[in-house]
Amino acid sequence: MLKLENICYKNILRNINLEVKNGEFVYVTGDNGAGKTTLFNIISGILKPTSGCVLIDGRDISKMCLRERTGLIANVLQDPRQGTIAEMTIFENINIAYRRGSRRYCSVAPSKLWNYFKEKLSILNMGLENRLNEYAGNLSGGQRQALSLIMATISDYEVLLLDEITAALDQKTSKLVMNIAHNIAKQDNKVCLAITHMR
Amino acid sequence: MSGWQEVIMTTDVGLIYGLVAVGVYLTFRTINFADMTCDGSFVFGSSVCATLIHGGVSPYIAMLVATLAGGIAGLFTGILNIYCKISDLLSGIIVAFMLYSINLKVMGGLPNITLNDMELSMNSYIILATILPLATFLVYLLFTDFGLALRSIGYNKRFSEVMGININMMTFFGLILSNALIGLGGAMFTQYQGFCDVSQGKGTLIAGLAAVIIGEKVFRFKKAGFFILACIAGSILYRFFIMLALHSDFMQIETQDINLVAGAIIIAMMLIRKERKIKNIIDNLSLQKNLRFTVREEK
Repeated sequence: MLKLENICYKNILRNINLEVKNGEFVYVTGDNGAGKTTLFNIISGILKPTSGCVLIDGRDISKMCLRERTGLIANVLQDPRQGTIAEMTIFENINIAYRRGSRRYCSVAPSKLWNYFKEKLSILNMGLENRLNEYAGNLSGGQRQALSLIMATISDYEVLLLDEITAALDQKTSKLVMNIAHNIAKQDNKVCLAITHMR
Repeated sequence: MSGWQEVIMTTDVGLIYGLVAVGVYLTFRTINFADMTCDGSFVFGSSVCATLIHGGVSPYIAMLVATLAGGIAGLFTGILNIYCKISDLLSGIIVAFMLYSINLKVMGGLPNITLNDMELSMNSYIILATILPLATFLVYLLFTDFGLALRSIGYNKRFSEVMGININMMTFFGLILSNALIGLGGAMFTQYQGFCDVSQGKGTLIAGLAAVIIGEKVFRFKKAGFFILACIAGSILYRFFIMLALHSDFMQIETQDINLVAGAIIIAMMLIRKERKIKNIIDNLSLQKNLRFTVREEK
């Protein structure tokens, strides 16, 4: 469960109170400059609120270390070029995401992960499961955004934040990506917040 | 000096400077940090090693201490960049600038130290025995999840932040590792040539960059880990290019023209890269499919 208590940030956000239970999918809408992305940055722990606190399952995120915090919050960025690394293969991209929030040991990814990643990518129905060795830069914007969605949700998380993930996509791909996001959040029974201009 | 001896010597120097190339690759390419410290940390490693050997310390221990000294120089650049918020380029320049005085202090105020009468450990076998295991370790490191995290901060900082990678720690690690390798290169070079000069670090960065560029162009590896090997091979090739240029009578190149030759080699390599890029764009255009243009009609 995600709870925001009296969140204030400079003069952008004033006393924001919100409670989202597991399994709920909440859209955040508002005009440009209303503070949607600022709110997400506060929930992610990138920005510190001027006052108030963010609680995930009753625990204050400001008291968590970076590893613990990123282990709880899965983030999908607006620009698909930022959400994935073009110069790395799809496997390497997912491998980084898979170890999000865990201690990093100097080990090479075991081959059993290969099948696990394939299984996860097959949810997308985009044929990415057969292209694990390809560079992420070869994928289209929609494919990269869908990939970053899988990357965000591949390891354990409590809160999924989708920051205008369809902004750079065409209408058809936007619907497809949003449907995938809905299904994943419903299946995992986690808190999901999405900034969107779509209804 | 016979031709064969000259080839061996060029390979040895190329291998030693391969460490510099790997160091430059780790900062410039892997963590995307324009680190100019190397001109100073190369001489720092060199001066520490020469002073210790001159003081009777074992050459192997001297090499180890020189590696640590290089690492400390990298750490200091990291502190300036991360905690003092000085830009990457400037923090490297400042450290390299300060290291000139420190190197003179390390060498007891002397501009150079000769090691002719000392027992030195450097020969072709020891160079190979040092560089091969180090290169193998670095190739392995870049393939691990730690290596992936290190590379990711160079490609996309925002992505790394979201993935919970500690960017500051990774930058520190990259800088320390890079400058430690360059310090070791300096120590090995000093032992190889038998003396240390306070101004021998000039052009270290260019030599390293040239090796990285040649390595990338000649050996087009797809996996980032293998670029470590490409850098070392690039460094050897760079030394051979210079050797050939100096020996070609028709060009009438003399020793003082070495910087001109080095610059020309780098420019030539850069141009090859651009030519390939343009060719790729043309190829892609000719393959373009399913693209329609519709003119909007005004009513």
